[in-house]
Amino acid sequence: MLDRLANWLRKIGHSAIEGIWRLGYAGKFMLLTLLGSGSSFTRIGLVVRELYYTGVRSLVIIIVSGLFVGMVLGLQGYETLQRYGASSSLGVMVALALVRELGPVVAALLFASRAGSAITAEIGLMKATEQLSAMEMMAVDPISRVVAPRFWSGVISMPLLAAIFNAMGIFGGYLIGVVLIGLDEGSYWSQTHAGVDFRYDILNGIIKSFVFGIAVSAIAVFEGYDSPPTAEGVSGATTRTVVTSSLVILFLDFILTSFMFRGV
Amino acid sequence: MERTTLDLWVGIFIAAGIGAILVLALKVGNMSSLDGSNSYQVYAYFDNIGGLKPRAPIKSAGVVVGRVARIEFDAKQYRAKVTFDLDRKYQFSKDSTASILTSGLLGEQYVGLETGAEDDMLKAGDTIQFTQSAVVLEKLIGQLMFNKAGSGNHK
Repeated sequence: MLDRLANWLRKIGHSAIEGIWRLGYAGKFMLLTLLGSGSSFTRIGLVVRELYYTGVRSLVIIIVSGLFVGMVLGLQGYETLQRYGASSSLGVMVALALVRELGPVVAALLFASRAGSAITAEIGLMKATEQLSAMEMMAVDPISRVVAPRFWSGVISMPLLAAIFNAMGIFGGYLIGVVLIGLDEGSYWSQTHAGVDFRYDILNGIIKSFVFGIAVSAIAVFEGYDSPPTAEGVSGATTRTVVTSSLVILFLDFILTSFMFRGV
Repeated sequence: MERTTLDLWVGIFIAAGIGAILVLALKVGNMSSLDGSNSYQVYAYFDNIGGLKPRAPIKSAGVVVGRVARIEFDAKQYRAKVTFDLDRKYQFSKDSTASILTSGLLGEQYVGLETGAEDDMLKAGDTIQFTQSAVVLEKLIGQLMFNKAGSGNHK
């Protein structure tokens, strides 16, 4: 009995120490990435290539989901608002919900599963097939050649993707509210225009998506770099990227929201 | 460094992203139905516009005949100066009445325009003389309470 209890405690301690160890390693890795990112800006072609794979290739899913999220918000919002005779406020509701919360968060979740997992799998396979070691042999720093461009491309494309998601969502809400349901177009847009503040709503949303971009890209490149060089290890790392970044996105969203929107 | 199609796609992506931010920032829907060419502007002064917003509809007999173009504060008269964009198809008499109305209890506010009896029509740049301000709910409730209290004393 005592033996089992000691074993159990030992397991908890082991996983705690392992977690802190990994955290420290991740911190060192991030520092090295930031120090090694000079070449991503002098050789901009590297970042552009990664922008294509992380940003451009995520466009379709972002546009389609943005449109549908906006249309669903339009339908559901109208359903509720018309009970109070406030259906002309549909535009504000859709725009605020998208710009403040849904845009950055859903776009980041999609980005983590679309691009983050791809980055992890790519770097993990590079490690498993010893391409990273080969680079080191040729005196090429794999962190500044492979990791940093992927990190920065994620950081750059996340706010852009979130903005596209927002614009598509607002367009979807407009399609439902004005074109399908037939609300007045003028008051739809003027209430939206009057209700959405650039600094308070839109800029805060962009800051959010920027923070999410940093978090998702950092997690993705670290999980890839840290993955055990086996088929199992790479698949596990890919899964961990999606799970960890989704949780981190939601957690960070709560923190940022509590700082930004206190309900003035 | 040669240009590739990949660069083109990245360029499109970044342009689309910045375009989306611009659309979000400006967020002015394109109102193609009433541009400057087929509308004329008239002015009206109100004591209180309530919650009237620019681009709110102007309705006559319930039909949209124009939009509110601008709302300004006239510092000389201490009243609100509202500019109407009216559709050129519709003419209203000089003694028309403009009143700020609410659709539903909590709904949007719009301008109701009722034509008068005069034969002269409103032209661009004219001012509508007869206006009726928005109903402010607090004043209404205040009046109601005052009247109630008054009637209570008579008993």
